[in-house]
Amino acid sequence: MSDALSRPSRRAFLKGSAAMAAGTVAGAAAAQSGPDPLITELQDWASYTGAGVDETPYGMPISFESHVVRRNVEWLTASPISSINFTPIHALEGTITPQGCAFERHHSGAIELSKQDYRLMINGLVDRPLVFTYADIERFPRENHVYFCECAANTGMEWAGAQLNGAQFTHGMIHNMEYTGVPLRTLLKEAGADISADKWVYVEGADASSNGRSIPMEKALDDVLVAFKANGEALRMEHGYPVRLVVPGWEGNMWVKWLRRIEVVDGPVESREETSKYTDVYEDGTARKWTWVMDAKSVITSPSPQMPITHGKGPLVISGLAWSGHGQITRVDVSRDGGITWETARLGKQGDTKALTRFYLDVDWDGAPMLLQSRAMDETGYVQPTKAQLRDSRGENSVYHNNCIQTWYVNEQGIAENVEVS
Amino acid sequence: ERDGAFGLGRAAHAEELAAWDVDVLPDGRGLPEGAGDVFTGEEVFAAKCASCHGDFAEGVDNWPVLAGGFDTLADKDPVKTVGSYWPYLSTVWDYVHRSMPFGEAGTLTADETYAIVAYILYSNDLVDDEFELSSENFAEFEMYNKDGFVIDDRPDREYADWSAEPCMENCKDEVKITMRSVFLVSEPP
Repeated sequence: MSDALSRPSRRAFLKGSAAMAAGTVAGAAAAQSGPDPLITELQDWASYTGAGVDETPYGMPISFESHVVRRNVEWLTASPISSINFTPIHALEGTITPQGCAFERHHSGAIELSKQDYRLMINGLVDRPLVFTYADIERFPRENHVYFCECAANTGMEWAGAQLNGAQFTHGMIHNMEYTGVPLRTLLKEAGADISADKWVYVEGADASSNGRSIPMEKALDDVLVAFKANGEALRMEHGYPVRLVVPGWEGNMWVKWLRRIEVVDGPVESREETSKYTDVYEDGTARKWTWVMDAKSVITSPSPQMPITHGKGPLVISGLAWSGHGQITRVDVSRDGGITWETARLGKQGDTKALTRFYLDVDWDGAPMLLQSRAMDETGYVQPTKAQLRDSRGENSVYHNNCIQTWYVNEQGIAENVEVS
Repeated sequence: ERDGAFGLGRAAHAEELAAWDVDVLPDGRGLPEGAGDVFTGEEVFAAKCASCHGDFAEGVDNWPVLAGGFDTLADKDPVKTVGSYWPYLSTVWDYVHRSMPFGEAGTLTADETYAIVAYILYSNDLVDDEFELSSENFAEFEMYNKDGFVIDDRPDREYADWSAEPCMENCKDEVKITMRSVFLVSEPP
């Protein structure tokens, strides 16, 4: 440890008092009665030296941000090996998800598969069944695209009512990364695949669960990527290192990790993950299958239950995320009164297709309670529905594909709560 | 370079294809030859499956229930099992053979898998205790909920109705909170 870091601890004291006062410091700034000692007194960091460049070859976030982490909810699944955790979207900004806190969903755990041991097979209705090494994959022409990966079950616990109190838990089965990879169509062509429109592509992972899914040829030829980098670096182990499938706009289950085989078939395999799971039961007991696309959706990330308003009345940034599997987000409306009146929010930047889009509404909060909602629209004209609309169409047992408008009740103290409204 | 391709990769060997291409299609294509009866399946199931799925495939604790739940799909809490919900027998065989037992996947022989699947059908009262499942009679078997699925109908059912210019003002008379969050997940200190 460096001298600077081991030196006690006026700094530690200040850190502690700053943390204790965090709730009031920002609001109190305007009412500072005397000179601020953080300005008038020489601070350690302005006098002593900080950490050397050899201290952290690969860095982690500063300790003050230790709350910005993945969280799981144990009772949701029988085993943490076939389970889910949640991205801390409440605390993030912009659109790119840091890989280290991007959610995980495994069916038989996150496996460790080296590039040396990696093999990708392409077979079935192809002229040349082939085996690729990882090095082979890197020799194909590559592309870069930003896309969201949203679990089909994101917000699934909320079908029957307001359940979990926080955007991380209600909407955090999602991440958004810049992928580098080879178009699936390039590999299909390499093997001389039958790419006629009635053919399908079955993809499976190297893990014990396999996670096999069937994809119609039209999608396989369109924008599916065989990806080996995310946000500039190799995929994380838990996200499919060294190679995963990226299926833009479609439910996360189809983004097969540790991709080991691509088979061209004359029909869907109807695997476990597209029959028992990832099928959506209607109120009358029939079920939809092949509900691949994730419809337009949004959520206000702040204020939200994990992000109360701590600064009192006055200027307030309402910040949130919107996305659609059908293309670009074109507009997001925000309501502060539970959907009676709406204001059109401002997009942080123009939305990328099938990617997270940041929106803002800058308001002057008078301290009165609010019922905050956001409503996304995409380039097809689709308007994000209310939960009542979804239930009217589907009942409450769909499990998957809940893209309803979320409501946060914010009280006079700035505390936010997950609620449903009439 | 071959046919405008890059000449990358190498030809897959027959043994390699056989090792990895084990999926079974709804019509039974992909099944290896073999057979297993309910009695054998009960023994294998007791040894390798029952600790999580129960002696009668009824499920232990939170582990998946494989049997029962018939005609509950329209209930408030549907019980979706192999018997009540799964549309194809091929999926049962494929998934068990490939990914079960949990934590020891890929260890079942073809005959063991036929036997386990026969026992799961028996546990669902879909066959009698004399039943033997084999590569010969597999394709004849029809699952209870085979007609229970429709292809994604959101475009017809929802998209047209939900694509109008939305209301911006006076959209409703009043708003009431009808439900508050059930589980308060507290932040760690």
